[in-house]
Amino acid sequence: MVSEKDVAHIAGLADIGIEKEELAEFTGRFNEILDYFDILDQVEPGSRGETDLVNVFRDDVVEASLPEDEVLANTREKEDGFFRAPRVM
Amino acid sequence: MPTLTFSPKDRYNAFITTLNEAGTGPGKLSGIGIAVKDNISTSGIPTTCASRILEGYIPPFDAHVVTLLKKAGAGIVGKTNMDEFGMGTTTENSAFGPTKNPADPSRVPGGSSGGSAAAIAAGMVRMALGTDTGGSIRCPAAFCGIVGHKPTYGRVSRYGLIAYANSLEQIGPMARTVSDISLLMEILTAYDPRDSTSINCPYAHTPDPDVHGLKIGVPEEYFGEGVDPRVASVVWEGISLLERKGAEIITCRMPSMAYALAAYYVTCTSEASSNLARFDGVRYGHPADTKLQWHESFQDRRRNGFGTEVKRRIMLGTFALSSGYYGKYYAKAQAARQQVRTDFLRLFRSVDVIAGPTMPTVAFRLGEKTDPLSMYLSDILTVPANLAGIPAISVPCGTSEGLPVGLQIMGPHFRDERVIDVAYAYELGVAR
Repeated sequence: MVSEKDVAHIAGLADIGIEKEELAEFTGRFNEILDYFDILDQVEPGSRGETDLVNVFRDDVVEASLPEDEVLANTREKEDGFFRAPRVM
Repeated sequence: MPTLTFSPKDRYNAFITTLNEAGTGPGKLSGIGIAVKDNISTSGIPTTCASRILEGYIPPFDAHVVTLLKKAGAGIVGKTNMDEFGMGTTTENSAFGPTKNPADPSRVPGGSSGGSAAAIAAGMVRMALGTDTGGSIRCPAAFCGIVGHKPTYGRVSRYGLIAYANSLEQIGPMARTVSDISLLMEILTAYDPRDSTSINCPYAHTPDPDVHGLKIGVPEEYFGEGVDPRVASVVWEGISLLERKGAEIITCRMPSMAYALAAYYVTCTSEASSNLARFDGVRYGHPADTKLQWHESFQDRRRNGFGTEVKRRIMLGTFALSSGYYGKYYAKAQAARQQVRTDFLRLFRSVDVIAGPTMPTVAFRLGEKTDPLSMYLSDILTVPANLAGIPAISVPCGTSEGLPVGLQIMGPHFRDERVIDVAYAYELGVAR
């Protein structure tokens, strides 16, 4: 069982910002779904599966990319060819 | 270059954006208007994922599949409605309102590619693209009475698809007929180095309806608890038709079905919690308030930008991956996923394809399903193909209570041709 406090903590970790009045509803649904997920406790840990994977990295050479003005076209917050973001500190 | 005009009466709310004029060119799809689900990037055309968080976003590039459609001469006539970011089974989770089912407008069209299915079923377009993470092409195809194919994972490039759960999702064709599905597969399967999971395995095939000697596996679990007996009986009739055409029916078991749905929801929510972290309002979409602290601004944007189901899935995934719970949820889900794959590989040693219903019921009434868990449970028959990465098609196979029912055919990895052949045999068999 997770509590409303747990759900508020998870919402904080996920930067979701849910409203106080939504907490009870989210918590109830969350517990119903987690109860259902408990069926996974019966799964035996198995083999890792794929062994024939191949590396698909390309060579480290410069390739054409989107022009700066197109990259910045979808934001209002820009300055000197950079995105302007909220303060981190 | 000839231009298509497109100004439909959108009675079912199938489209988020329509284009009155679309350029076309020579090629296999010359002059054909195609609708594209609104989570697939289209250069110069708004792409919203049916979310407020992407309001105003105009992609600066085309998804690989859109480039391929244009190169084949098709005209992109609009962007279709969907559940927000593909998270839903009804197309009711859209910031642009629900799409209605043309077969019965009091019902949902299925989801999440409900707009694409409704646009085809209503005769507004001949073909459309959808995306399928856990059944999002096959479910609306079944509910609306059209054909929808989820290709083998890796067969169609995901470059330009706005990611929800990368390890599960594929872009695929939706149409009225199996021949059109086959035609679109020829175009969509061109290799693309920009998607690291793209595999060079072009589809060059003409559907062949001969099913003589074909072994069709029918897992008991696909007709078990939760499957409406009326739907089950319609689908059995469909499978019997293939038997009369010379196929052999072999009943079988898929024990991993017990875990498949939980494994699917743990995996897709975990991937979503990471993928959707990019929606911070800095580079695109509804702008962030740069005067606020980072987390404050970020939470503000996401509180207002995401719908309830998207928030729920991001939180479920964050929880499943969090310290102390990873082993209980994510690791177990991956073990279960491996069992689903192993079950399919085992069955495909003795059968050529696997058949069953696409959905356990007919289309729900609009607003009927209110709790998320019962909505999730309706995906039980479609998620196994995504967990294993195998191809799966849904073809209309009659009606129950006057509403369309879909027959699902699944095949081994990279045998999309085979499931399309069987669907074609069924379609021709009914026509005769």
